[in-house]
Amino acid sequence: MPKPVDVTTPSDREVTVTRVFDAPRQLIWDCHTKPELVQRWLLGPPGWSMPICKVDLRVGGRYRYVWKNDESGAQFGSYGEHQAIDAPSRLVTTEMMDGLDGGPLLDEPPLDPAQAARNVLTLAEAGGRTTLTINMTFPSKAIRDQALQSGMSDGMAMGYDRLETLMAGQGVG
Amino acid sequence: MSYEQQLDATFQALADPTRRAILARLATGEASVSELAEPFAMSQPAISKHLKVLERAGLIVRGRDAQRRPARIQAKPLQEANMWIERYRQLWEANYARLDGLLAELQAGQGNRGKD
Repeated sequence: MPKPVDVTTPSDREVTVTRVFDAPRQLIWDCHTKPELVQRWLLGPPGWSMPICKVDLRVGGRYRYVWKNDESGAQFGSYGEHQAIDAPSRLVTTEMMDGLDGGPLLDEPPLDPAQAARNVLTLAEAGGRTTLTINMTFPSKAIRDQALQSGMSDGMAMGYDRLETLMAGQGVG
Repeated sequence: MSYEQQLDATFQALADPTRRAILARLATGEASVSELAEPFAMSQPAISKHLKVLERAGLIVRGRDAQRRPARIQAKPLQEANMWIERYRQLWEANYARLDGLLAELQAGQGNRGKD
């Protein structure tokens, strides 16, 4: 059984995700910052892939992720800037999402600090285990809720239904 | 209220620790304003204000009894808010299960290199 993931909403504008891994934090750091590794796990439900993953790991450097539903062709993306890089323990980024409304995905989408979320990734290692915490602070409650619901968009929900069918079929959960 | 507005009202109502505590108390059974005021060491008007927010969010209903008007918890909006978070949680669960696999692969690779 995979380890539990804890999701809390400490305030109206925040979401915090916590998870423990049986791995040193340097490896988990690499999996968050090296594009060829990010593309292998940060995918959401089955049926989605990440055809575009660019990471310029410098303060002020950008990252760009694009996800695609391999069946419907639907796409959406996320992008932002690295604000603080303290390898392998802390990474601060801004984040905006695009394409959720079916709109086009630009190569270099505009980054509006007033609309961007601020994500703080913390990796704490003890006894060979790493506790990962991501605290996301959104500019408003409406933007926070939209981000939470991005997991509920049609294409994603389809993936979940498939996951649920799969789990039901295997007698899990 | 639309589904969106309902969710907004639910999350707003739940953002306050006193209101969450009131809901936790009501989960064990209905209570009047005076019964709620006592353990929270708050005035009855202050409790009434919180109950109004909870009522507007559809999280509680108030009884018709003019004297007591006991407050009762309503489960449905809470379940919907939870479902929203639950879906988001499942998204990360799937991602992190995949990351577990990748980390195991990377660790095995490092082990091999160490032996070389």
